[in-house]
Amino acid sequence: MNQLRKFRRIVFLTIVLSSAAYSWAEYADVIINNRAEEEGVAPVIYPHWFHRIRYQCSVCHVELGIKMKAGGNGITMDRITRGEFCGACHDGEIAWSVENCDYCHSGQAGLETGIKGGHETLGPGIY
Amino acid sequence: MKPIFAALIFGTIFVFVSSLGLSQWKRLKDDNLHDPSNPALSLLQEPQDALGVLQYGNAGNSVDWVAALQLGEISPRASLHGDLEPEVLDLDVVMTQTYPLAHVIFPHTPHTEWMSCEMCHEEIFVSKIGANQINMGAILEGEYCGICHGAVSFPLTECDRCHSVRSDDQRRMPASGAVIEHPR
Repeated sequence: MNQLRKFRRIVFLTIVLSSAAYSWAEYADVIINNRAEEEGVAPVIYPHWFHRIRYQCSVCHVELGIKMKAGGNGITMDRITRGEFCGACHDGEIAWSVENCDYCHSGQAGLETGIKGGHETLGPGIY
Repeated sequence: MKPIFAALIFGTIFVFVSSLGLSQWKRLKDDNLHDPSNPALSLLQEPQDALGVLQYGNAGNSVDWVAALQLGEISPRASLHGDLEPEVLDLDVVMTQTYPLAHVIFPHTPHTEWMSCEMCHEEIFVSKIGANQINMGAILEGEYCGICHGAVSFPLTECDRCHSVRSDDQRRMPASGAVIEHPR
């Protein structure tokens, strides 16, 4: 009986731990939820991997001046529609325009601002 | 054996074995981040579609981004305005105060293929030998190399990609155009 209980506990813990390993986001997905949920829209998921295929680092981080700190840029929809940050490209010409709210505001409720990890590391350290 | 340890061992084996056969990349609706009820999800590019065709890497996005760029699998634009070409710099920096780990080689070439000088200089790294107090503690807290590595570039679990030259192995010292001995 004690053996069976121990075995069941092992199976249960195996499933729990393995499922944790399988629920990771893509490496370098950036969550921005400084204001989104307070303002009544879903958190933003920015797929960094998608953008680096198309643009080198300096385009956003030097030319557009986007700081390399998740949530540290004070991005607002107002500033985006004036052509800052995402709005430099997401203007309906280079890339789709900001009318498509749920392309970006696509996260689950309650996500915290930060960079999410992939299947190797769970992301950028504990800090 | 305590159940938690047995589960950890079985879980590791299970994840490892199943990852050999399954795709590396989660679908957006299953990544525990996107809201699966969002109708726009079907319009967004799936990681598998974009990353699965690129040079395989064993960490991070499972993509060797430097190789993908060098092989021409991707050609990310260097500027929003015009056809600016990146200024590639062939200069390796060797950092020797890394005991007990192997010495670090920082290769400028793959970094400058991806980005311009201003990304790192002079705000993050001062262009002067010995002027940057780089250490793994700071890197793990997201400073210096850790601003990108561990966040968007290959993760900090890949120790020997940087700590790549043993002090007694002169043959593996870089054959690059220039080498700077970096004291720290």
